[in-house]
Amino acid sequence: MTHSNKASASKPAIWQGGVILAALAALCTALVAVTYRYTAPLIRANDQAYLEESLKPVLGGIKYESELSKSVLTMPAPHDLPGNEPAIVYRVYADGTPAAALFVVSARDGFTGPIKLLIGVRVDGSITAVRILQHKETPGLGDMIESSKSDWLQQFGAASLESPDRDSWAIKRDGGAFDQLTGASITPRAVIKAVKETLLYFESHRDSIFADSAGDGDERK
Amino acid sequence: MTSQTDIRTRLRAGLWIVNPGLVQLLGICPLLAVTTTLVNGLGLGIATLFVLTFSNMLVSATRHLIRPEIRIPMYVLIIASLVTCIELLFYAWFPGLGRTLGIFLPLIVTNCAIVARAEVYASKNPVGASIVDGFSMGAGFALLLCALGAFRELVGSGSLFSRFDMLFGGEPTDGLVLVDGGFLLAILPPGAFIALALAIAAKNALDRRRRVPHKGSTGMRINTPG
Repeated sequence: MTHSNKASASKPAIWQGGVILAALAALCTALVAVTYRYTAPLIRANDQAYLEESLKPVLGGIKYESELSKSVLTMPAPHDLPGNEPAIVYRVYADGTPAAALFVVSARDGFTGPIKLLIGVRVDGSITAVRILQHKETPGLGDMIESSKSDWLQQFGAASLESPDRDSWAIKRDGGAFDQLTGASITPRAVIKAVKETLLYFESHRDSIFADSAGDGDERK
Repeated sequence: MTSQTDIRTRLRAGLWIVNPGLVQLLGICPLLAVTTTLVNGLGLGIATLFVLTFSNMLVSATRHLIRPEIRIPMYVLIIASLVTCIELLFYAWFPGLGRTLGIFLPLIVTNCAIVARAEVYASKNPVGASIVDGFSMGAGFALLLCALGAFRELVGSGSLFSRFDMLFGGEPTDGLVLVDGGFLLAILPPGAFIALALAIAAKNALDRRRRVPHKGSTGMRINTPG
């Protein structure tokens, strides 16, 4: 096992090296495989809990059945919902009937890029709540849309296309019914527009959203 | 084989004299990036400590098989699989922390402190001594991560121990809130460099005061890229 006499046995050395490496690779792969087998169910449960935890604010207290992740509808872009990214719809059922749909969409025309929104819509077309998932708006101005920084988002609670009526879905400065944010009007405009478009989409596609049976988790073209 | 004094010397080396972060300046990319809070520093510190200890153990155990021409692939194999395991275990046991540390968990692979210990120490020394070496280097790195995390959280957010639930379970906690808000710079990227510089300066000042002879004893000085 000396490394010095390379010249005398260079061929076997390469061959041996290959065998050693292959054996070690097999061993390491086995180690990872065993760890994966042990952790996979735990990780899946964690992801599930995390998803439900993050959807909770827009569930509006609806007692839902079955796992939310199993009633997902993923719509690749382009779709009729706001945003250029794939839109996600979680369908919520209570007592076997559709209760609400939770939309993950993005407002295209934020001040600094798209604003990712989570919008909960009851089956009657009223909003449970709206949450911001991701944005790059100006700190101190546009970021006041975040629910942790101001209660601006709360005015969407229970709003629908009837109240305020669909022509009043704008900030007050534009003659609408929604409060603006000091120093930022582009951000609220973008959010209001995206929420309204989502409601319009829900109004015209309600039946097809819930058409597939619950618990299929299928993808739609 | 490993005597008491040997262990003590190795621990002293890793924790202070040639601390991977403070002296060798290895692995400072994750060190600077994640230390915005104490819990982040502690989490990455523990992960690195485990990887370093076990990689030293495995490299040392297989050191008679290691041929010079294939040693680097062997180190990479061992370290990469260990890191993958640690990452999976983090996502299983500490999902919140796993999400916060994000990409820096798998990036432990690229922490040159780990390959450095494999090459410089574990490949030439018995298993016991290599485990001690990996542990002491890992602990030195972890302690520095904690110190920077605590400092930056204290100055930048005015709190300590926030989100400790991610590591120890329980309800989400804001920790010990001392002041509402803080000096924002500390948790921004420049704050990381400033905090590390302060830590290095403090160590050098302490060494000078104690007049610790700063000789690079055998096998401690390392020339590794990155």
